[in-house]
Amino acid sequence: MLAEIFSFLYQFADVFAFLILASAGLAIVFGMMGVINMAHGEFIMCGAYVTVGLVNAGFPLILAQALATVAAALIGVVVELSIVRKLYKRPLDSLLATWGLSLIVTQGMLLIFGGSMSGPGTPPGSFTVGDYTFSIYRLVLFAAAIGVLAFIYVVFMRTKFGVYARATMQNAPIAQALGVKVGKIYALSFGIGAGLAGLCGALYAPTMTLIPTMGATFIVESFVTVVVGGSNVLLGTAPAGVLLAIVRSGLNAWGGQIIGQIGMLIAVILIIRVLPEGISSYVTRSHRLPATEEEKS
Amino acid sequence: MLAAVLVYPVFADSYSVGNSAYLLAWVFMALGLCLLWGYAGMLSFGQTFFFGIGGYSYGVLAINFGGGGMTFVALVLALAFAAIAAVILGYFMIWGRIGGVFFGIVTLSATLVLAFFLGQTAGPEWRIGSARLNGFNGMKGMDPLCIPWFGGSQIYFEGTYLYYLVVALLVIVYLGLRMLVNSRFGNVMVAIREDPQRAELLGYDVRKYQLITFVIGSVLAGLSGAIYTSWGQFIAPSSIGLPAAAMPIVWVAFSGRSDLTSVLVGAFFILYVFQMITVESQQAALVLMGAMMLATVLVAPQGFVLGITRWIGRFASRRKTAAEKA
Repeated sequence: MLAEIFSFLYQFADVFAFLILASAGLAIVFGMMGVINMAHGEFIMCGAYVTVGLVNAGFPLILAQALATVAAALIGVVVELSIVRKLYKRPLDSLLATWGLSLIVTQGMLLIFGGSMSGPGTPPGSFTVGDYTFSIYRLVLFAAAIGVLAFIYVVFMRTKFGVYARATMQNAPIAQALGVKVGKIYALSFGIGAGLAGLCGALYAPTMTLIPTMGATFIVESFVTVVVGGSNVLLGTAPAGVLLAIVRSGLNAWGGQIIGQIGMLIAVILIIRVLPEGISSYVTRSHRLPATEEEKS
Repeated sequence: MLAAVLVYPVFADSYSVGNSAYLLAWVFMALGLCLLWGYAGMLSFGQTFFFGIGGYSYGVLAINFGGGGMTFVALVLALAFAAIAAVILGYFMIWGRIGGVFFGIVTLSATLVLAFFLGQTAGPEWRIGSARLNGFNGMKGMDPLCIPWFGGSQIYFEGTYLYYLVVALLVIVYLGLRMLVNSRFGNVMVAIREDPQRAELLGYDVRKYQLITFVIGSVLAGLSGAIYTSWGQFIAPSSIGLPAAAMPIVWVAFSGRSDLTSVLVGAFFILYVFQMITVESQQAALVLMGAMMLATVLVAPQGFVLGITRWIGRFASRRKTAAEKA
């Protein structure tokens, strides 16, 4: 019995980690700039490819993963400076531009590198509870997801950059008038978002076969988590991850992966009917109401 | 123009005529997206979702009905299924009042999940009646559209016949959409695009108008899917998922989303060029599509075809006024 409970928790942790790692970067970019980065999956792919490339070149896995994260972040800053920056006033156009970029990158990669590239394989190590065997690496992924949330908390709530970033998020023109370099904040936020996407790819690289179109396997999960979560990463994405992971892991256990995915999508469509602005607006509503009262007076 | 389109099969060989019918089949989807995005301001990424529902429904029904005149019943039912799906999806999105970027990514999520689902239906247990879904390899073997003719023979809509059928449908759809956007309904649609709140305060039920528009645009995508399936007697999940889902967006964005005629001409033109490059390399063609999307957004947000037409129009009228002055 204990083993069954642990098994379910393990499945839940696995899905939760996937949702959070896949969506954290997307959520930060959306929360800060209102931009949905359609090339998010390609940053994930970039992280995975750099990781595997470096591992094949003889780097230890952890170092390769760290470098891949940095590489994705740097590319993210370049993309922000060259494309996204021009489109903040037109959020739908930024969606199209990044989608165009995504097409160019995936298909260009297919042209250059061809089909699949095998990963280094999941790091070995397992343990047993009752009759079941579990992979340790999956727990590492769960810990990494928690770590990412903690990182976001520290960066956005405990640093000077975080104060500036939140000020920009609330009201960019006024923040700028008070001396915040809004452009720099945007570029850095986009870089962090892209870096977290790269981290996701780096962490999952050992567990899957690499293909240039692998971003597509992450993108539905990251979209729906952000849609359910809304614009605040900590108050929206994290609870959305918990909620969707419960739905998904429950349905996975009952009817397999594809039922889990369809069920999750249906859950999302039902949730947006009730909470169109996402969970974070529901959570922050109680904070916001007194503020509007003050504004009135 | 129409006359040229009508006499074209007389001069061209049968392969090019069939191929033109194939290219034209996709234009319905582009016109539907033009209505949704350009006129009503709803950027749907789900055109291939309805394309897939239309195509697969047609296939499953045509196989089970066993061809003949019943293929047209299959066509009508396929469109009905696309409409039902649009009502359900549209209800939750529109009544939930999600707008802007979320409208796009929710429709895209639905599209990708459908593609994943159909992609894993390879096993023999995935059958509807006598129709095997066949996973990634796609479903095949359905009869093309067909009407029984005098003396027990049947006319299959292939090649030239299909071409004329598609052209006739396209003319009807195009004129119908033109009438729609010029009607009172169309004006309300544009008013909602410009300012939903104002339209609502003026007493219009915004959600109802949006839902009807969404259903019309989506059913046109379903029509594309059904004709495509009938043309090739084949449909696969790859025409639903990525990167297929981006294609209608590129056609419409590049052509100029705010004008049906630009989209009609532009989409056909892009499809034609795209097909020529695809023969060489599909990846190169898709890279070009991505570059076109990026270039459209950065250089000509209103679309290239529309921009060029307007530019020529302005140029011509300037010449005219100059001539009048002289």
